[in-house]
Amino acid sequence: MKRERSYRTEAIIIRRSDFGEADRLLTLLTRDYGKLRAIAKGARKPQSRKTGHVELFMRSQFMLAKGRNLDIVTQVELIEPHRVLSADLVRATYAAYVVELLDSFTPEEERQVAIYELLRDTLGRLDTSDNVRLVARYFELRLLSLVGYQPQLFYCVVSGEPIEQADQYISPEEGGLIAAAHLSPAIRARQVSAGAVKVLRFLQTRAWDTVAHLQLRDDLHRELEMVMHYYIQYLLEKGVKSAEFLYRLRRETISLTQNQPLSNDSPNML
Amino acid sequence: MSNVLPKPVLRLINEFGRLPGIGPKTASRLTFYLLRGNDAGLAADLSAALAELSENTQYCTACHNITEQNPCEVCSDTERDQQVICVVEEPLDVVAIERSRMFGGVYHVLHGALSPVEGIGPDDLKIGELIGRVQQGDFREVILATNATLEGDTTASYLQMRLADTAVRVTRLARGLPVGGDIEYTDEVTLGRALEGRRELK
Ligand SMILES: [Zn+2]
Repeated sequence: MKRERSYRTEAIIIRRSDFGEADRLLTLLTRDYGKLRAIAKGARKPQSRKTGHVELFMRSQFMLAKGRNLDIVTQVELIEPHRVLSADLVRATYAAYVVELLDSFTPEEERQVAIYELLRDTLGRLDTSDNVRLVARYFELRLLSLVGYQPQLFYCVVSGEPIEQADQYISPEEGGLIAAAHLSPAIRARQVSAGAVKVLRFLQTRAWDTVAHLQLRDDLHRELEMVMHYYIQYLLEKGVKSAEFLYRLRRETISLTQNQPLSNDSPNML
Repeated sequence: MSNVLPKPVLRLINEFGRLPGIGPKTASRLTFYLLRGNDAGLAADLSAALAELSENTQYCTACHNITEQNPCEVCSDTERDQQVICVVEEPLDVVAIERSRMFGGVYHVLHGALSPVEGIGPDDLKIGELIGRVQQGDFREVILATNATLEGDTTASYLQMRLADTAVRVTRLARGLPVGGDIEYTDEVTLGRALEGRRELK
């Protein structure tokens, strides 16, 4: 969609950095124009009307003016501040992960309302759900589908035969599951348990309202995370910074606080 | 440009360019200003100041603020309340709080804030030092004075958890209307927090 000289759109702040003395450079995922960068002038001064609105992960109604290089934020009206998320290190880390993936998988200035809505809903869930790991897995599978990398979880990508309820292999290179019998040494893949396959299929095909009630064992959560991180990092051809941060947080938390939960409300969600 | 200019000039331009907020153009302008020498002695004064900066400053082993002496002036001042610690992100925040003349305790400088986005974790900051200091010392109150940003807030909530099993009282700076600020022009997040932090008058 072509942008007018002055335009209005709902947007979520996915990156922000200081710019000059008092300005902020924002990367916005807008509902109507896709991902774009904009300057919020004076946003670091406490007296500015924009100050409280140009914080990471916030969802707001923006008025923007087209600039020569970067668009300029002229007005912001907050819709959803994500207050729990932005004061909790674990939730904020998951939000950083979600936003980093989204940023890596989407091109600039391409309108994709479904992706915008996915981010909007996911940040909302990270703000309220006590099962942030499940929120992350659901997001990963949805995002992969929306950007054209939906993993094939029902048929063997080598033979085309239906996948049985047993331990399988998953290959990002081939685009999905491979039955053990059809795996050749030339294919890069990792093992995935029958239980994990079941959950991944469930996440891929059901609406969040159904998925939200899923209670999984901790070891299954760990496996699902490993599988998805493996899959995604292969596609991106690079590590994911916020995923590294999450691992590190776990290590440091275990070594520093033996019995102290890291998060205010749900001790096991890390 | 690189072929024409003498090496020392290029080097200074390069070094200036490493400073935050300084691009190649500004770096060249600053370098040539010093080179022309219109301001007699500026280059020499500057280089002396830089040398002194690295030679005569260190970090206070108690509060981790920059100081000429260790422990720093604040930490060794017996007139100050040594039982109240104010936790800040940067040394400049100490300067700002001192300017308010409302605080008579001591400080703890974290040297940053937690940031999942930038990959700054607890071990990158003076957080372990703060916890150790509070556990071993005789403190009444820890004031969390990190910035009112996402990073500042996550850092404060993380510290709050880490300090939960100590006997010390933990407080957070109030967030409210800026002095001289008009309610009509205050953003709703700030206004919401000002309402939450309202105080009993009667
Ligand atoms: Zn000190």
